[in-house]
Amino acid sequence: MSSPSDPLTSSSPIRSLPFLAAVAAVLMGLAIVLALVVAPEDADQGLSQRIFYIHVPIALTSYFCFGLGAWKALLLLWREDSRYDLESYVAIHQGTIFGALTLITGSIWAKASWGVWWTWSSNQLVLFLVLFLFYCAYFMLRFSLEDGPRRARSSAVYALFGIVLVPISFLAIRLAEDFIHPTVFTREGPQMTGTMFTAFCVSWTAVTFLAYVLYRVELAGKRLDADLRELREALAS
Amino acid sequence: MSGGEYLALAYGVVFVVVLAYVAIIAAKLARLQRETTEILELARSREAPPRSAEPVVQKISPTA
Amino acid sequence: MSYLADVAALTRKDLRVELRARDTLPAMLLFVLSTLVVFHFALPTGTADDAAYGLLWVAIVFTALLGLARAWVPEQEHGVLDGLVLAPCDRSAIWLGKTLATLVFLLAAQVVALPAFVLFFAPLDATALAGVLLANLGICAVGSLMAAMAAAGRARELLLPLLLLPLVIPLVVGGVGAAISPEGERYLLFLGLYDGVFAVLSWASFEYVVTE
Repeated sequence: MSSPSDPLTSSSPIRSLPFLAAVAAVLMGLAIVLALVVAPEDADQGLSQRIFYIHVPIALTSYFCFGLGAWKALLLLWREDSRYDLESYVAIHQGTIFGALTLITGSIWAKASWGVWWTWSSNQLVLFLVLFLFYCAYFMLRFSLEDGPRRARSSAVYALFGIVLVPISFLAIRLAEDFIHPTVFTREGPQMTGTMFTAFCVSWTAVTFLAYVLYRVELAGKRLDADLRELREALAS
Repeated sequence: MSGGEYLALAYGVVFVVVLAYVAIIAAKLARLQRETTEILELARSREAPPRSAEPVVQKISPTA
Repeated sequence: MSYLADVAALTRKDLRVELRARDTLPAMLLFVLSTLVVFHFALPTGTADDAAYGLLWVAIVFTALLGLARAWVPEQEHGVLDGLVLAPCDRSAIWLGKTLATLVFLLAAQVVALPAFVLFFAPLDATALAGVLLANLGICAVGSLMAAMAAAGRARELLLPLLLLPLVIPLVVGGVGAAISPEGERYLLFLGLYDGVFAVLSWASFEYVVTE
């Protein structure tokens, strides 16, 4: 009954969940040490600049999760295997959680850098707000449709629209800069030293691993739910 | 708030969210355990032979 | 080509239904005019003209939402959609027919709304009007698909705006930019890009949304 890509136990020990979770934990620990202690302090912003090491990886991971969700959605439409519906849904769920975290950490960083909790001139924040609204509507869509192939396909199409929306919204926000609000706040670009770059890369890898582990755990939980339901129905009849 | 406090707030939020996730998984695990027990009971009750029929049959025979 | 004939037939059907019922178009006209009047009271004195263009786009988007929501209601209520899906035409023709019909309604509403806007608020030049036309295409194309998605579920009137509004944000940027920016052509190009990408995506994915 278990599908070939069983989320909890895979054939190879490298891909098994406990191993990946351990790797994620080690990477996260390393990332925190590098970001908070080893990396050199920024001359302008001081201590609060280190938020960069957690905020940007979370943002990138959020994009990655939405991309993964769109890929699974494409597989669903192409191969018509309902297994991909749950995988796409869980990936987008992760992406939305990390997207919310992007907005929160971004807002904290904005307050630390510029003294305001929100600014429309930070393109990344505005883009995430639009995407966050879009993917929240994804859950509303799923909630309002009944379980079945129709819901799976509509969700998949919507997920594909989402990933196309990312570059288009980014362009739109760049174009809107000219007339919506004057760009008052600027932050230095990533002119990173070697150590800073290493800290960033390790942080990024750590957060990606974390997201993937959470994805696998949630997927396993939902598959168990479905299996138990099927078992219950089989015994009740 | 100083820069360091904002830094702690940002990392702290991430930490708390991950912990909240763990709590939700723990709750889900508890629910799955409960459901598995219920299904186990359901399976056991189907395997045991129905005991209600026997006493009726045994009562009739001594009087015959 | 029978594909275009199918599309033409479907568009004609929607237009004829509306001509007979005459409920959607008058509602859209009245809605957009009332909204413009509300905006006059909503804007404090001394607000720049540019703000009015922003409000024009809000009015257009919400009028389009009204038209889109109404467009799929008869299909869902009377099971017409199931009949159409079973018909031996390419499913995407249904989407194209619906998009064109909604586009006609939106344009008809704007024939009244745009002169009213110029009368009440601020002038519109050729670039601004081109922006309106291009954005209409985008709204109707994406909106038809989202309306079809929402129509299958509960609370479809609530769901359509939620699904559509984030997607419409780039169109509003393009439209307002075309109206007020000195480099309006950039925004027209962007609107064209949006239309191209999302119309193709909607056309290609409609089939997956309506089949069981």
